[in-house]
Amino acid sequence: MERIPILKQGDLLLVSVQVDMHDQLALNLQDDLTQRIVRDNARGVLIDISALDMVDSFIGRVLDNIATMSRILDAETVVVGIQPAVAITLVELGITLPNIRTALNIESGIALLRRLLPTPDGDADDQS
Amino acid sequence: MTKADTLPIHTEEDIVRVRQMTRSLAQQSGLNLVDQTKIVTAASELARNTLVYGGGGHVILERLQDAGRAGLRLTFEDQGPGIADIELALRDGYTSGKGLGLGLSGAKRLSNEFHIDSRVGEGTTVSIIKWKS
Repeated sequence: MERIPILKQGDLLLVSVQVDMHDQLALNLQDDLTQRIVRDNARGVLIDISALDMVDSFIGRVLDNIATMSRILDAETVVVGIQPAVAITLVELGITLPNIRTALNIESGIALLRRLLPTPDGDADDQS
Repeated sequence: MTKADTLPIHTEEDIVRVRQMTRSLAQQSGLNLVDQTKIVTAASELARNTLVYGGGGHVILERLQDAGRAGLRLTFEDQGPGIADIELALRDGYTSGKGLGLGLSGAKRLSNEFHIDSRVGEGTTVSIIKWKS
C-alpha cells in the first residue's frame, strides 16, 4: 500500500508530504505516525506541508488528529510550511486546527520542538 | 463561450484528479493563487460529498467567459439518496456522516456563486462558480 515516508532523527520523527494525498493515504500517515511514536520512543513530530497547495477539511482533520494522538502518546507535533493561500482558505472553510502547533519552516519547527521537549536529564532545554 | 470537461467520481483517487483538473483550469482562467486555492478546496469538499454521500457521480468543469468576465464553473452530480433538508445540510457543523460538517457550507463560502438542487431518492446537483477577481 502507498505510504508517506517517515524519517527518524534522534527523538524526532520527520515527515515531508510531497504528494497530493488522497484520503486513505492521509489516514495511513496518521496510523503510521502513531505507531512509530511508540516504537521509536519519539518525543516530537515535524510535518512539512510546504509542498501541499491545498488542505481541505479532511486533511485538516487528519493533521489535527495526529497532533492530538501524539500528545496523548507524550509527543509534540509541529506542522510547518503552510502556504499563505492555504491558511486563508482554511480559515474561510471554517478550519482552525485548534490542536496544532505551527512554525513557518523546518528550521523554526525543529527549534520549537527543542524548546517544547525536555532534555534527557529532565530540564527544559531553552537554549534554542 | 464555454468548454466543458467531465470527470468521474467513484474513488478517492478521483477526488485528487478533480483537484488537479480544477487547479489547471483555474490557472488557465487567470484566477489568482488564493482564488485558485479556494476553488480547488471547494472542489475537493464537493467531490468527497459526491463520493461519500451521493454514492459516486461526476463533475462537469467549464471555463466561463461572460461579458468579459472569466471564471470557472463546477457542477457535481450524483444519483444518490438526495438531501431532505438542504437548509440543515448547509448549516456549519451539521453532518450526517463522520465528517466535520463543513463540506457544503465551506464550499459555499469559498465560491462566488453556489446552487444546490436535490431530490430525495433521485440525487443531488451542486454547482459553484469562481470568477476572476
